[in-house]
This record gives sequence, C-alpha cells and structure tokens, in this order.
Amino acid sequence: MKRSTRILLSILLILVVYIFVFFAEKYMDPFLKRILNTGFIYVILAVSLNLINGFTGQFSLGHAGFMAIGAYTSALLYMSPENKLSNFFMEPLISPLDQIQLPFFWAIIIGGLMAALMGFIVGAPTLRVRGDYLAIVTYGFSEIIRSLFNNLQNITNGPLGLKGLPTYTNLWWTVSWAVITIIVIRRIVDSSYGRALKAIRDDEVAAENLGINLFKHKVLAFVVGAFFAGVAGGLLGSLLMTIDPNSFSILFTYQIITIILLGGLGNITGSVIVGIGFAFLMEGLRFVEMPMNIFGITIPGILGMRMLIFSILLMITILFFRQGLFGTREFTWEGLVRLFTKRKVKQQ
Amino acid sequence: MDLSLFLQHMVNAISLGFVFGLVAVGYALVYGVVKLVNFAHGDVFMMAAYFMFYTSLIFGAPWLSAVILGIVFTSLLGVGIEKVAYKPLRKYPRINSLVSSIGMSFLLQNFAVVVFGGIQRSFPVPEPMTKTIVLGEIRVQAVSIYTIIFSIIMVLILTFILQKTKIGLAMRILSRDFDTARLMGINVNRTISFTFALGSALAAVSAVFWALRYPQIFPFMGQYPGSRAFIAAVVGGIGSLKGALIGGFVLGLLTVLIPAMFPEYSGYREAFIFLLLVLVLIFKPNGLFGLEAGEKA
Repeated sequence: MKRSTRILLSILLILVVYIFVFFAEKYMDPFLKRILNTGFIYVILAVSLNLINGFTGQFSLGHAGFMAIGAYTSALLYMSPENKLSNFFMEPLISPLDQIQLPFFWAIIIGGLMAALMGFIVGAPTLRVRGDYLAIVTYGFSEIIRSLFNNLQNITNGPLGLKGLPTYTNLWWTVSWAVITIIVIRRIVDSSYGRALKAIRDDEVAAENLGINLFKHKVLAFVVGAFFAGVAGGLLGSLLMTIDPNSFSILFTYQIITIILLGGLGNITGSVIVGIGFAFLMEGLRFVEMPMNIFGITIPGILGMRMLIFSILLMITILFFRQGLFGTREFTWEGLVRLFTKRKVKQQ
Repeated sequence: MDLSLFLQHMVNAISLGFVFGLVAVGYALVYGVVKLVNFAHGDVFMMAAYFMFYTSLIFGAPWLSAVILGIVFTSLLGVGIEKVAYKPLRKYPRINSLVSSIGMSFLLQNFAVVVFGGIQRSFPVPEPMTKTIVLGEIRVQAVSIYTIIFSIIMVLILTFILQKTKIGLAMRILSRDFDTARLMGINVNRTISFTFALGSALAAVSAVFWALRYPQIFPFMGQYPGSRAFIAAVVGGIGSLKGALIGGFVLGLLTVLIPAMFPEYSGYREAFIFLLLVLVLIFKPNGLFGLEAGEKA
C-alpha cells in the first residue's frame, strides 16, 4: 500500500472520530460522556507511559507524579483570580500566580512543559540506575512530588487541594490530545529515534556499542512521556473539577501500568483499546458494589469489590498474558486489508 | 532542646528504628535470595495483624498463642504467594516479578477491604505491654523495651539459621547463583519456599510490635511501615541483613528527630526520606552496606 493512501486513510479515520465527537457532544448522555473523557485521558497516559516503559524498557513508576505537576500547573493558570481567592483561605497564593489567568489551551501546554522539565530531572539518573532500581527511584520522585504538594500551602493549597475548577475538558479536548499523543509517539517510534529506543530496550550495552547516545535517548523518552502525562493531568483536573495531592498516588500509576500490560508492552493499539475499555470497565464494575437481587434473594453490595476484581484481573494478566491481550500486533491499514481479503478467501 | 528531652526522642527513635529494621530484614532476606523487590511484604505484614486479631477474637485464644498461630498462618500465606505469583515468572525478566508483587500488594489490600472491612479495629494489647516505665525524666513504654529485646533475638535466630544450618547454607548459595545451586543438589523450590516462610514470619513478628505501638489495624496499615522498611532496606544495601537493620535505624532517627528538631519542616519529612532514598540509589546504588557482588545474604 502506498504511503499516501495510508495517510489518506488515517486522516479519514480521524475525521470519522471527530464526526462521532460532534454528535457525542451534542446528544450523548453526560454520564457516558464523562466515561469517554476519562477513557481518552487514560489513552494519553497509557500511550505516553508505553513510550518510557514499553519502547525504551525503562521501567518508570513516576507517571502519577508527572500528572500531578501538569494538573496543578495548569489549574493554577486557568483558574480565575476570584476562584483562587476562595480556594486559598488558609494562606494566600503567592504572587504573581494569584492574578494570572491564561486560556485553557496555554495552561495545559505550560503544565505539560513543567512536567517535561521534571521528566528531564527524573530521566537523568537513568544512566546510573537500571531495572528495578530505576523503578524505585521514579517511585521515590513521585512520592517527593506528592509530599511537596502536600506542604507548599501557598502554592498548591496543601492537602486541601484545589476545588471548583472550571470544567473546560470536553471530548474535543481529550480526543484531540489523544490523537496528538498517538501521532507524535507513533512518529517517534517509527523514526530512527524509535529504533534507537528499542535497541536500548533490547540490549543496552550493544546499543551503546553501536554508537547510540544512551543519555540522549533515554531522557528523550522521559521528557516526551512526562509532557503528555502533564497534559493528561491538566485535562483530568478540569474534568474532575477537584484535585488534591493524594489522588496522584502510586495507585494511579499502577492503574496505568495495568492498562499498558493488558494492551501489551510496546503496543500503542493495545494501549488505546484497553485505555478506553478500562474506563468503561471501572464504571461498569460499580454494579458489584450495589445491592443485588438474584432470584428474590437480596445480596448487599460489598464495598471494595470493584477494586478486588480489578486487582484479580491485574494478577491474571501478569501471570497468564505476559504479552498482553494484543501481544505485538499493531493496527495497520495493510493488516486491515489483509483481514478482509482473507475472509473473502474463506467465504469462497 | 535539653538532654532529657533529647534522650526521650532517642528512645522513641531507636524502638521505632528496630520495628522498621525488622520489616526491612524481611525485605532484604527475600531480595538477597530471590533478587525480588517484594512490594507485597507490607501487605503480608497487614495480613499478619488481621490473622492475630481474628484468632484471638474467634477462638478466644490467649494472646501469645494467637500471635504464634498468626505467625504460622502468615508464613503459609507467604509461601502461597510465592507459589502463585512469583514462581511461574521466575524464568522471565525480573521486572515481571516486580510488577507481579505490585499486583499482589494491590490484591491483598483489596481482599482485606472486602473480607475484613475497611473500618479500623483495635488490636488486643496484653496487660504487661501497656505499662510505662519511668527512668528519671524519661518515660519509656514497656512495648519499646520488648521491641528492642525481641528484635535482637530475632536477628540472632536469623543469623544462626543462615550461618549454621543446612537450609541457611542453601539460601546463601542460592543468593549467588541459581543454576550452580541446582547442580550442587540443592532443592531450589524448597529453599525459596523456606525463604518466603522466614521472611513472612519476620513480617508477622514486626506486625506484632507495630500493632502494639499503634493498636489500630486496617487494610492499608501495611503501606506506611512497608514503604519505610523498603527504603531502609535499600539505603542499607538491599540484600544485606546488617544494612537493613542499620537502614531501619537511620529511618527511625529521621522520622522522630526531624519533627522534633525542626518543627517548621516536619511536613517535609516524607520528602526528606524519599530524597535520601533517591540520592543513595543514584550515588551508591548498592546501598551504604551492600557489597559490590560478593556476600549478600
């Protein structure tokens, strides 16, 4: 298939998605819309973490920390001065943050850039620490961020968090950012940079011997991954309308790791499908916590059942689907065509 | 700060340090032998507290026998977790087992929420532990003294097992090289099971002392001591028992002394502790007492 045909088909697909978004924004049930928004935010998070963990093989547990930075930076920029005044009643917000108000788009971008800066700082030690030690260092970083945010009363409002954030996030934003994330990361992975990243994942020493600059490439993965995590954090803050440091704990990172493991490490298609599916699953599983009526016997809802089922699913994936549900099979237009032609052969 | 107040803080710091150290030794033991950062250790610790709570509640067992039963159950749980969650992944990259231990930690917490309920329950504290001993101006809880004595005994028992028994020898060999150990006729599976039983028993013992200090038990109680002990193990040099104990000490001191000496920075305590973790890993990846590639067990 020609390159131009593939690009044309991709543009068509994006158009179809946007037509769907247009109708969804107009007619869809707000509850469903909310789940879809969360799903697309999961997609951004999963695809960006996949760049670090899946393609570069640097096992990072710091994604929640990057999100927290993005969420707070952008929230402090897009909130109105009056809104900030009502939030910071313990200690006033330091100037000039208390007067600034930027449009949502720029606030999100700056949030992403701040997270990217943090990604650089976290990515720099990757030259010295590897494997599970790196996982520990990144976990440490995300805990440091959480602890700082809990204490910097005059910047983050401490453990009280920020409340009453304006709801700018809608499907237009989340879908657009998800599309940008997928395109950018797909382009990186398919470029010479991406091949270098995969070489580092497969054998670091061999990659270095081939003349690949380890520091540059690892840090690149962290910076790009952290940028999109920051963007996702900003979008999530505006969707939930409230953020506090403790909602960006390691548990959030585990959820994203579950998504990329289920989708398959280093598989963007898997991250996208599982990311959206995960949002629906987490909402759908809420029924297990409600009282149920089976054949006239009422079973009281059990609190925490949803998370138990979630963790059992996680364990099953880890133990039995080590390649994820999709393995290394990526979505390609050629693959789709082959799928249809194969079916035709079968029908004859 | 006057001397007596300082001594008072030191006593608290040392006994807290011993509890952290004891949990950390469990981490270090498992890491030393299997090379697995067992994130579920803190949750095994939590399960131990619940086992003891329920054995003393349901069977009305005397306190000491409830504790011993609890230790036995916890060891069995530890062995079971290894069989289910780590053994199938042994031949895959280490990161798989790490993720599996994260998942296991998650599973145990949520299991506890569903089965034991999310509310706090009070752990039974026997009479002699509740006393406070007054030495001049310093007030020492009896629990602190018991903690220190029993921690030392536990470490001595552990050292004896590792150095003087056959299974200890097997563990030490396993920590060097799996394949060679197998060639030498060591039953790898049994030795690893024993390691997990021992590590979980240590978690159970430290859970007793933790629960005596803070008698509220709840499904997420393992997180804080678990993460602290884990940092202690890493700072001390993960895989080294001596390092784990000393790391626990350092953390106990930091946890108590930072808020005592610099009250205005007490909120940043967690940040300091995690910063220490990150710095140690970056500049001394083998920890303060970890050996390069030599004796680790």
